[in-house]
Amino acid sequence: MNPAGYLNYWIAILLLIVGLYILIARGNLVKKLIGLSIFQTSVYLIYIAPGKIIGATAPIVAEGFKLYSNPLPHVLILTAIVVGVATLALGLAIVVRINEVYGTIEEDQIHAQDQEPE
Amino acid sequence: MIYAHLPALQVALPLIAAPLCVLLRRGFAAWLLALVVTWVSAAIAVALLLQVLHTGAVSYLLGSWAAPWGIEYRVDVVNAFVLVLVSGIASVVVPYARASVGFEIPVEQQYLFWTAYLLCLAGLLGIAITGDAFNVFVFLEISSLATYILIALGRDRRALVASYQYLIMGTIGATFIVIGVGLLYLMTGTLNLSDLSNRITAVGHARPQLAALAFLTVGISLKLALFPLHLWLPNAYAYAPSAATAFLAATATKVAVYLLLRFYFSVFGHSLVFAHLPLPQVLLALSVAAMFVASTVAIFQQDVKRMFAYSSVAQIGYITLGTSFASATGLTGGIVHLFNHAVAKGSIFLLLGCVALRIGQPTVARMAGLGKRMPWTAAGLTIGGLSLIGIPGTVGFVSKWYLVLAALERGWWWLAAAILASTLLAIVYVWRLIETCYLREPPPRAEGVREAPLSMLIPALLLAAACVFFGLDTSVTVGTAAQAARTLLENVR
Repeated sequence: MNPAGYLNYWIAILLLIVGLYILIARGNLVKKLIGLSIFQTSVYLIYIAPGKIIGATAPIVAEGFKLYSNPLPHVLILTAIVVGVATLALGLAIVVRINEVYGTIEEDQIHAQDQEPE
Repeated sequence: MIYAHLPALQVALPLIAAPLCVLLRRGFAAWLLALVVTWVSAAIAVALLLQVLHTGAVSYLLGSWAAPWGIEYRVDVVNAFVLVLVSGIASVVVPYARASVGFEIPVEQQYLFWTAYLLCLAGLLGIAITGDAFNVFVFLEISSLATYILIALGRDRRALVASYQYLIMGTIGATFIVIGVGLLYLMTGTLNLSDLSNRITAVGHARPQLAALAFLTVGISLKLALFPLHLWLPNAYAYAPSAATAFLAATATKVAVYLLLRFYFSVFGHSLVFAHLPLPQVLLALSVAAMFVASTVAIFQQDVKRMFAYSSVAQIGYITLGTSFASATGLTGGIVHLFNHAVAKGSIFLLLGCVALRIGQPTVARMAGLGKRMPWTAAGLTIGGLSLIGIPGTVGFVSKWYLVLAALERGWWWLAAAILASTLLAIVYVWRLIETCYLREPPPRAEGVREAPLSMLIPALLLAAACVFFGLDTSVTVGTAAQAARTLLENVR
């Protein structure tokens, strides 16, 4: 087992952890969304990597090619990317609304405002 | 001709109606469209259930692409039951929501509420009906994104924060599910659920498969609000518009439970999940913790919507408890509780919407003397509350009966005792509500508080009546649930 052969997976796992860490450790709502985005992106890599076969070509039938990469993971991830973009957009829209009514996007300040008696 | 395409129409109708709502742009027109579509969906779901009960599982190939390659919609008793549940609850909520949404959401935003609602419905029905693992994720996100919007439309500004928190946790859950599905795809090369279940035996207990199981369990548990992962739920339910709360509380978590059952029993198989791994023990411990901790927290809530939201977490504990037995009786109890809790919680949140219409966000203090001011609403809340406790003659009794039976089947007396003990906690918080409604004097400024309009009261009381009806006549619910349990346990490997 050659550890370098799994480099893409190591990177994906690293990004996964970095994303989750930002999500948990940061109190700024926009930064949290950035963490969420990194977290989601790492999963795209987990999908894409095994779809590629070294020495294989794009899955288009042509003379002289016998080996093709698997197109399905790419198609799936295209869908996942769209979902990710939609989630990020909705998240940012909610943050804008939160900023409008609370005047801040820091989690602790929002929490403090909610604790105040009305 | 059209009969053969019912599975596709089930999802396509609300999905197409959603953008039409945006084009209509008028609150009333959008509502009318949502009403028609929801009722047609419910009719389709019932037709599918009848068809499945008569002829066995229905397979629908989208675009006529053969099954392991194309996307397959597969309907068996289990998901037909869930489809009927979701669309049935929806068809009660929509007529109710006309007045409720009209009161809680500004006129110019109402058509957007209905768009989000239809998308949410399409997503939930899609999760239940599809036989493709990646399709599950797509529908999950459709319904989740729509849910975040529905919650954010609440009048309280805290609804926005609740929606944001749910967005973060829901997306983590959904991403975990994608990782799980991805690992399964890597190991087997297929996404079709029934194909997966065949090929997974060949893979055996390989490590990526166990990792996939772990990711899927955590991801779906986030969605169904299994005990330590429920933190998004109380605020989301408390601050969402009343109609949205009732709809989501009754359906969204239930569909996630169905997904868990589907992956555990149909894909991974009984032997891996329940014999090879200590998963039933974990599930059992978390379920019991949910029953006790969430019920205890519910007792101390001042906001009644929050109180019943915590109660939902506890009630989901009963459903997962039934799952953890992995026996016919336990699963029947779990699945029947899926239905029963949806009916009971649906009626409670609809009635709380009536209360909110007249006296604002329902808190315990504000609801004092409600029995005199809004007698029908208070009576309905009492019936719903009794169903949550599990008084004989209401739906809650039926499901708890089966859960206790399943515990005794295993010879676990302590667990049967624990189920009864957790019921005592439910009595405490339900009694607190009944006491304030009937035995306390109303606050002085509550003069002139009267019943909610009939368009809201009738659907809400209809569900309350269903709590009693299905508590007395159990042939339909228990019969179907037992058959669903048999279907799940059928391909035990």
